[in-house]
Amino acid sequence: MVGENSLYGPLDPALDAGYADAPARMGFFTDTSICIGCKACEVACKEWNLVPDHGLSLLGMSFDNTGALTANSWRHVAFIEQPIPAGQRQSPPFRDTPTGPSSEPATAALAATTAIDTGTIPGADPGGEPESAARMAAGPAMLGMPTSGLPGRQQGREDRKDLRWLMMSDVCKHCTHAACLDVCPTGALFRTEFGTVVVQQDICNGCGYCIPACPYGVIDQRKGDGRAWKCTLCYDRIGDGLTPACAQACPTQSIQYGPLDELRERAEGRVADLRAAGQTTARLYGHDPNDGVGGDGAFFLLLDEPEVYGLPPDPVVTTRDLPDMWKRAGFAALTMLAAAAVAFVGRSA
Amino acid sequence: MANADCIIIQGSNMAEAHPVGFQWVMEAKLRGARVIHVDPRFTRTSALADTYVPIRAGSDIAFLGGIVRYILENELDFREYVLAYTNASTIVSEDFRDTEDLDGLFSGYDPTTGTYNPRSWQYAGQEGDGARFDTTAERETAGALQHESHGKPVRALSGRDETLQHPRCVYQILKRHYARYTPEMVARTCGVPVEMFEDVARAWTQNSGRERTSALIYSVGWTQHSVGVQYIRTGAIIQLLLGNMGRPGGGILALRGHASIQGSTDVPTLFNLLPGYLPMPQVKHTTFDEWIGGIRHPTQKGFWGNASAYGVSLLKAYWGDAATPDNDFCYDYLPRMTGDHGTYRQVLNMIDGKIKGYFLLGQNPAVGSAHGRAQRLGMANLDWLVVRDLFMIESATFWKRGPEVESGEITPEECRTEVFFLPAASHVEKEGTFTQTQRMLQWREKALDPPGDCRSELWFFYHLGRIIRRKLAASKLPRDRAVLDLAWDYPMHGPQDEPSAEAVLFEINGYDVATRRPLSTFNQLRDDGSTVGGCWIYCGVYADGVNQAARRKPGREQSWVAPEWGWAWPANRRIMYNRASADPEGRPWSERKAYVWWDAEKGEWTGVDVPDFEKNKPPSYRPPPEATGVEALAGDDPFILQGDGKGWLYVPVGLIDGPMPTHYEPVESPVRNPLYGQQANPTRKTYQRPDNPTNPSPPEPHSDVFPYVFSVSRLTEHHTAGGMSRTVKYLAELQPEMFVEVSPELAAERGLTHLDFAHVITARAAIEARVLVTDRLTPLVVEDRVIHQIWLPYHWGGEGLATGDSANDLFGITLDPNVLIQESKVGTCDIRPGRRPTGPELADYVAEYRRLAGLTGDHYPPIITTDALDREHHSDGG
Amino acid sequence: MTAEATNAATPEAAGARPDVADRGLRSYYGRPILKAPVWRHDIPAYLFTGGLAAGSSILAAGADLTGRPAMRRATRLASLAAVGASTYFLIHDLGRPKRFHHMLRVAKPTSPMSVGTWILAVFGPAAGLAAVAEAAPLLPRHGVLGLAGRALPVAGTASGYLAAGVAPALATYTAVLLADTAVPSWHEAYPQLPFVFAGSALASASGVGLLAAPLSQSGPARRLAVIGAAMEVAASHRIETGMGLVSEPYTQGRAGRRLRAARALSVAGAAGAVLGRRNRLVSALSGAALIAAAALTRFGIFDGGVASAKDPKYTVTPQRQRLEQAAAGDHSPT
Repeated sequence: MVGENSLYGPLDPALDAGYADAPARMGFFTDTSICIGCKACEVACKEWNLVPDHGLSLLGMSFDNTGALTANSWRHVAFIEQPIPAGQRQSPPFRDTPTGPSSEPATAALAATTAIDTGTIPGADPGGEPESAARMAAGPAMLGMPTSGLPGRQQGREDRKDLRWLMMSDVCKHCTHAACLDVCPTGALFRTEFGTVVVQQDICNGCGYCIPACPYGVIDQRKGDGRAWKCTLCYDRIGDGLTPACAQACPTQSIQYGPLDELRERAEGRVADLRAAGQTTARLYGHDPNDGVGGDGAFFLLLDEPEVYGLPPDPVVTTRDLPDMWKRAGFAALTMLAAAAVAFVGRSA
Repeated sequence: MANADCIIIQGSNMAEAHPVGFQWVMEAKLRGARVIHVDPRFTRTSALADTYVPIRAGSDIAFLGGIVRYILENELDFREYVLAYTNASTIVSEDFRDTEDLDGLFSGYDPTTGTYNPRSWQYAGQEGDGARFDTTAERETAGALQHESHGKPVRALSGRDETLQHPRCVYQILKRHYARYTPEMVARTCGVPVEMFEDVARAWTQNSGRERTSALIYSVGWTQHSVGVQYIRTGAIIQLLLGNMGRPGGGILALRGHASIQGSTDVPTLFNLLPGYLPMPQVKHTTFDEWIGGIRHPTQKGFWGNASAYGVSLLKAYWGDAATPDNDFCYDYLPRMTGDHGTYRQVLNMIDGKIKGYFLLGQNPAVGSAHGRAQRLGMANLDWLVVRDLFMIESATFWKRGPEVESGEITPEECRTEVFFLPAASHVEKEGTFTQTQRMLQWREKALDPPGDCRSELWFFYHLGRIIRRKLAASKLPRDRAVLDLAWDYPMHGPQDEPSAEAVLFEINGYDVATRRPLSTFNQLRDDGSTVGGCWIYCGVYADGVNQAARRKPGREQSWVAPEWGWAWPANRRIMYNRASADPEGRPWSERKAYVWWDAEKGEWTGVDVPDFEKNKPPSYRPPPEATGVEALAGDDPFILQGDGKGWLYVPVGLIDGPMPTHYEPVESPVRNPLYGQQANPTRKTYQRPDNPTNPSPPEPHSDVFPYVFSVSRLTEHHTAGGMSRTVKYLAELQPEMFVEVSPELAAERGLTHLDFAHVITARAAIEARVLVTDRLTPLVVEDRVIHQIWLPYHWGGEGLATGDSANDLFGITLDPNVLIQESKVGTCDIRPGRRPTGPELADYVAEYRRLAGLTGDHYPPIITTDALDREHHSDGG
Repeated sequence: MTAEATNAATPEAAGARPDVADRGLRSYYGRPILKAPVWRHDIPAYLFTGGLAAGSSILAAGADLTGRPAMRRATRLASLAAVGASTYFLIHDLGRPKRFHHMLRVAKPTSPMSVGTWILAVFGPAAGLAAVAEAAPLLPRHGVLGLAGRALPVAGTASGYLAAGVAPALATYTAVLLADTAVPSWHEAYPQLPFVFAGSALASASGVGLLAAPLSQSGPARRLAVIGAAMEVAASHRIETGMGLVSEPYTQGRAGRRLRAARALSVAGAAGAVLGRRNRLVSALSGAALIAAAALTRFGIFDGGVASAKDPKYTVTPQRQRLEQAAAGDHSPT
């Protein structure tokens, strides 16, 4: 099955998967610059796909009480409140108001500890401990150690001049080179004719291999169920020519569904417009067929670095290195035999 | 809206509370419009706006007044439009005194009634008409709501000065009135820095005129104030001065609270209105003619001139064949208003035991209404209460769970109220129409049958009426005639005998009694009993026997106005007063903003929308002097429902608290009114009783006991009082807990920690919530002091999956005098770290705060805080 | 998550290049970008027992070849026991154990777990038969069973060689299993990881030899113990020091403690194997030490990977560096 670029590089995944005359590759373009954070996508997804609720827990991460993409949340709207250098907006909101330093580092420090039992494994793990979360939240602007004192009590940072509130609806990327699919030992994960990646729940035996394999931390195991779950790009809808539930529900067309080529074209234009309009930080993420995963089926327009949204800055499909890995393992294996031989021959000598 | 060049959103969190409508703001932004959001708090709307302006809650008139001054001082008004289409040039009575002269009061104030005699506000020579206007009764009955808020009738003809130089012409009066609303004063009052204010003023004016239009958007952030109506009036003045009314991309959008709130005022659920904004008769209106006489002025212009036809057709819809010219079309069956029957008056009457029974339909006052405690105590003192809802809501369980049960004020065993809970059908389980913000009716098909005993409102009321009529059938009592004579037969279908909603819509549309042919326009309504019309403004929704509201032609298959999607009243017009989109000669102001215009060849009005004007009346038409009603409308009178056909910069009659908006502080404010000695609205409706205390404000002492300004509103994730969202797991988990937002600065000042508990205290209640410290709130400098504002969502209550304290418990009851809406968008409070006391200690805790604030015995803040009246009397005496 | 894992994020611990770890590093509320493996202790136990089985069968084949019946018997039995245990662990860790057989629906070279399953499918029976052959002496001399008794040793030898042939794959594929993930400290370690596992497989197997075989027969086991331990320690050392920031997790918290203990035990075991060649007790002890070392190595490597997945720093920083270098590369004249 290993053809040209099967493990890495630009590729038509459906073709590579053996579909003779596959339809156009379908995907999402999520334009975060017009997302209003209404979370209709999260709800519509759960309603259509009968995804369990993720539980009641106030996370203190701005308006994000979902936490992450999990087996029980296939769309996740991220909220980032950002004090940024003045001049991003036509007029800085807090100019001449008696503001103190930002609460962002301190709130992030606390938010880092608000674990939530999402009914999945490992769930939305708090991850970085308060200090590091605070330092990370303070961002490049801030050098040296952050304070994790009470919000508003830090000293020494210049007052808030401008504020950004970023919102972004995250989802499975449906990679061109999908590590989860590559490493699945049962064939439960498969490539659809639309180039998307879907778990067959009647096959999955919950080996869990796909979960650490995903460079985006998307796919997840459901507690009590044991199987792996993630966005199917509404395989059961698009097969009938319907729009996926989340895109259907999005009121501002922040989530756009369609043939990937068209979406990529549209996205390029949108970025150009935004840049022209002074949104210098606008950039596309996951659109490039030459990136580490061969481009995403679901890509994004972001207004800041990917990691700010909880996305890896430069993901690479792990199976890119698989041939090397097998080679190294082979050497090691031969070394074992050689060692054994030496050990036994040594005596008779 | 997508055609706007600039969109100002103030008093509204559109992106969160109206996400679907907000797509058009984004569309306009995509087309290059500048979006400005003015709000006390940085919301998801601000996040998408080009400019966010933080403002002190309750200071909007000062801000907008500053804009008016900016326009007038710099002569930036759209002069041709203003001259031709507004009452700018009209001369006002020489008896008129302005707030500038009387330290915050207008002439005619009567301290004994706390209302004005508007005699001196009238157009010159019409002073007598003011006497027809009983302000006290009008306030009791929210008079300004009537006439679809188009103001009271005035005479067609009045003195004008086209040069706008006459010292008593509206233009000059306006200029004097707002002369002191300078950018510096705006900064002092609103906490908005000067350059930020001027940035907004520039954007608004530069994007208005011939070639460009700006849209103004507000919602309950403006209405729910003790001067709410005047907030909107100020916006109207700006949009008229800038020529943005009746034009594409212009106008004022009032975003309604939720689905079909617009519909519930058109075909009203209000105590003082009948369908189509016909006023509910008062006791003094003993005959039909007296009633109609109160609606229209004998010599007025415009379509209210046909009020009798609308009235008769409505009565025919109610009582059918029983309504005849001989019996005044059963006019006597109509109830009469004896005074204030508003929802808050009723609640207090319940507490006083004056009301025995109550129906609650799709409403959750225990959480959603101001002064939740009064709401619950009132309902706990009824004989019976009927609650129809989708879920078990707080208003159905207040007697066994809730703050008062916890505090021991209500004991379930002794609570006398018998509560009947009737499960209701949801919007997908019944057919009917929604009337949305744009006055558009959209027909809704039934997707599935309601489960179990759930039924639609239509089913409930139709069968309730049917059963009552059956029980009364034998009655000979005259008082039962009104019920027995009702035209109460609608075709039913389905296993549950569901009445046909289309049949009801047909009746609302109206038809010819003889032929039962549906009418297509309200001009066809007659006052001789030959027509039936359930709601005159909806006439045409069933034109040609077709359910126009059910039309679903995709936008791409029709013009950008999309006239074939649903149906908008009146007459499927998408923009009202669109005659104003053309110049006085009938030509579009500009090609870019062409909408409707006069086609000289055809001799008719035409354009992309239904012209809001008589089709064949040329721009040059001038009415004969003796003409009245529609005939009296000149060819350049676009505001066809106004008594003089003009847009009102100055309101001579119809408003209770003054002809021009004036900045008054909220009833609860930490600062003294920087502009006038008069602190708050002198005509506000108060209920001064021990169970409705008000926090002290300057000049009263002790206002420092409640040093912070707070406001409450909604989140996208929840629906109003939470009955439809906190009960649904997928929604509840998105905002799982009650919280309070504070700025980092206030957090430091009060020692509040992110995610820890804090409690908020007012003279009414103390509630607790988790703290969210956020950069989205900022302190403001007002009158040289730092003012902190906090914000709470009001969705929470004791029932459902996500529970918490109710923010509306913090408010007392003080109402706007014009429409009796409560001031529930701003108040003063204190906030402390940690949870509130529970049980009886809670009452003591709040009582202690009242004591500190000097709110003991029957002390209430004074209504009048200026001595201008005395000074006036002295000058009279001298 | 464990406290140990979080420590990894403290600035003091930012290790090799704190400057990069601090400057400009951002995250979403400090939450992990990756999903940590959902695998529990079963998987490291599986890695250990798999390696033990593999090494033992190699040793058994050698013993068979060079006529060391006692060592052969011990290692064959150990091999069967270990492969049995590892199969149990593998199945027990599944979310849906009843669906274990779904592993056999496909053979996917891109899935180390699929490859491993098939390796196990060959190795298991072979090792099993080899072990069963040890029962031959217990059988009666005559009759059907007698026939079996005479056939068994031959079959045992044959299947023993087969198992030994597959064994190296069994011992090393698990390294690919871990490395073929997005877990930074596993993936980056892919060149060394197979040698760590190969080494500790040999060392632990020789441990069995030292424990069970008489001094007279355990010579090869001693030599193999030294070689294996050396491989294991050398390769581990490169993993713990040679990968910059992503080496960090192997030096901290539980992972660090386990790996340090493993190294100490390996060295001690190897030394004991050489010095204690005339002392049954010392030999036995050093054998036990080697086995324990192998187990600790697998658990340590496992912990280190999990820790690296739980802290976004290990995901973001190396990728940022990669991007910066790429950018720099673009600008530098060629």
